[in-house]
Amino acid sequence: MQPIQLLAPDGSFAEDEVYAPYIRALGDDVLREMYRSMATARRLDNEATSLQRQGQLELWVPCLGQEAGQTGVITALREDDMVFPTYREHAMALHRGITPEELLRQFRAAGHSGWDPLEHSFNVYSVVLGAQTLHAAGWAMGLQRDQAAGRAEDELVVACLGDGASSQGDVHESMVFASSYGLPMLYFIQNNHWAISVPVATQSKHPLALRAHGYGFEGVRVDGNDVLASFAVAAHHAPQVREGNPQIIEAVTYRMGAHTTADDPTKYRTSEEVESWKAKDPISRYATWLEAEGHADSGWFSEVDAEAKDLAADLRRAAMSMEGLELERVFDTVYAEPHRQIETEKAWLKDFEAGFAEQTGETEGERR
Amino acid sequence: MTTSTAADAVERPEDREPKQMPLAKAITAALRDTMADDDRTLLIGEDIGALGGVFRVTDGLQAQFGADRVIDSPLAESGVIGTCIGMAMRGYRPVAEIQFDGFVFPAFNQITTQLAKIHNRTDGKVTMPVTVRLPYGGSIGSIEHHSESPEALFAHTAGLRLVTPSNAHDAYWMTRQAIACQDPVFVLEPKRRYWLKGEVDFQNPAPDAFTAQVLREGTDATIAAYGPLVPTALAAAAAAAEDGRSVEVIDIRSLSPLDDETIARSGAKTGRLVVAHEAPTFGGFGGEIAARVSERAYHRMLAPVLRVGGFHMPYPPSQEEHRYLPDIDRMLEAVERSFSYDR
Repeated sequence: MQPIQLLAPDGSFAEDEVYAPYIRALGDDVLREMYRSMATARRLDNEATSLQRQGQLELWVPCLGQEAGQTGVITALREDDMVFPTYREHAMALHRGITPEELLRQFRAAGHSGWDPLEHSFNVYSVVLGAQTLHAAGWAMGLQRDQAAGRAEDELVVACLGDGASSQGDVHESMVFASSYGLPMLYFIQNNHWAISVPVATQSKHPLALRAHGYGFEGVRVDGNDVLASFAVAAHHAPQVREGNPQIIEAVTYRMGAHTTADDPTKYRTSEEVESWKAKDPISRYATWLEAEGHADSGWFSEVDAEAKDLAADLRRAAMSMEGLELERVFDTVYAEPHRQIETEKAWLKDFEAGFAEQTGETEGERR
Repeated sequence: MTTSTAADAVERPEDREPKQMPLAKAITAALRDTMADDDRTLLIGEDIGALGGVFRVTDGLQAQFGADRVIDSPLAESGVIGTCIGMAMRGYRPVAEIQFDGFVFPAFNQITTQLAKIHNRTDGKVTMPVTVRLPYGGSIGSIEHHSESPEALFAHTAGLRLVTPSNAHDAYWMTRQAIACQDPVFVLEPKRRYWLKGEVDFQNPAPDAFTAQVLREGTDATIAAYGPLVPTALAAAAAAAEDGRSVEVIDIRSLSPLDDETIARSGAKTGRLVVAHEAPTFGGFGGEIAARVSERAYHRMLAPVLRVGGFHMPYPPSQEEHRYLPDIDRMLEAVERSFSYDR
């Protein structure tokens, strides 16, 4: 099952009848914005990785190499299409207006999440993989009822997952619910070939897009390193999804970095494999095409590079000055309504710590 | 899709006279009245539609409110809870029915890593007003997985609330309060008491669902129980009275939050406390109560807090459940034992 591709690694464009027209209809603004998104995500990735190495983040989960699929798909959707991400959808998050600082919050362990999911139509990251696909199905069930009551438009719902999570039972259950109730669900599977150290062949011997058939939906496979094909495929299939026909888009891509900064990929994959994917880099092929087609010139690329550098500096400052949630706030958010044991324990901790302050003459908050 | 409420034809609860009804039907009434009031309240579960649930608790509700508000789910418990989370994010108040206690475990991940934590994870930005109805407990003569008491696992999980009614009036009001709560609430339904009749007063709410209540005053010892064992505890107290022992009975009602103050006050008053539940005592909820009462009422206690519960084994084949489950005699034995510490 050949992935749909419009833009080859050398930057040449294939004029295909179904998908190419979606690209030919785009103006410079959208085309340039997609580049900007990808470049920003990559810069964020590099910066966050070095921040982790310097001890400023507890962990980082790079999306390095996966920028095109994420950017293409989210650009093709509407701002009100709710997205349920895993924890690697940084390019999508940035596209939705989530700031780099908000993105880093969780990875600095200053809080468990950094943004309001409803404000951005973009859920907080899910660390227990697969679970989010059921939340997406439930959101879609609510959406369906809101539509019937005239309270919602023809939004769709995106459930993100990777090749690893495709083995989770919750993903199956989500697809069963989507199929049974005709939910407007778009399953965006980024097949980046590795679930930490386990190759995709252990999750599936067959293209993941084919799983759609068992649920009675359509599944397409796209070159996930081709931002134009990813855009066009999502743009082409979204209207059907909006009508209650769930679909799978499998973006075939590659996790160029480690699973997380705690991982060592040299233990399980070869440098030849990594090099072969480096040659398929999503950003350089897109830059080649943009320039060749006259959508952007070298001056514009320099501007974007400069912006990305500014972002990196801002990010570093933001990370260093970020204020974490205090334990009092954690107590306060376990429940939405008062809870006797929470109140008792919170009060006890306050007294306990105040006792230390009395002994040492410290004021509250000084003892660290 | 149906959004109109056929319930308009039904008499409003505030106009209704107090009525004798089985505990299960009190829950049905609570669901019906809540759904009539709020079209964002939805029910979802296995076989809850045309069949009305295996215990008929949702009987007639799909006919009344439509299949979009009384949703027959695929046979997938994780899916039931997971989709409730998504619906709650969108502003609905889903009420999930898990068919039997032993079938809650496929949903354990969604309950403990998601439902319980989302409000906290999002720093309070997203609330999870999800009610999980869980018929629990034994003595129904069924096969494996149909008689269990897994409440300690959920009480141990921060972010969840657990209440369990022991009578029809509480069942009606606790269900309504659970659905109204902004937090995820488990309503542990004592399935062997589903057909126990009691008066439901629709105009006078039961006490706050998250408090314990003294059901019978006594002076010599206290039995604290919840859910299915509350009627047993009352019968044990009546039997003890015939032997000249004055036993106080507390209905714990809420496991999270736990009204330890009410229980400890009774322990301090009588000096002897027996805690009873069907779940195994080892690592069980009774141990939590014992520890808390010991801390609060140590100098007033005349005996250690004693636990009466199931054994450290999987729920046995039901032919033997009469020997496994705490009964009046087991409770009375513990009460007597608490007198053996007298100095």
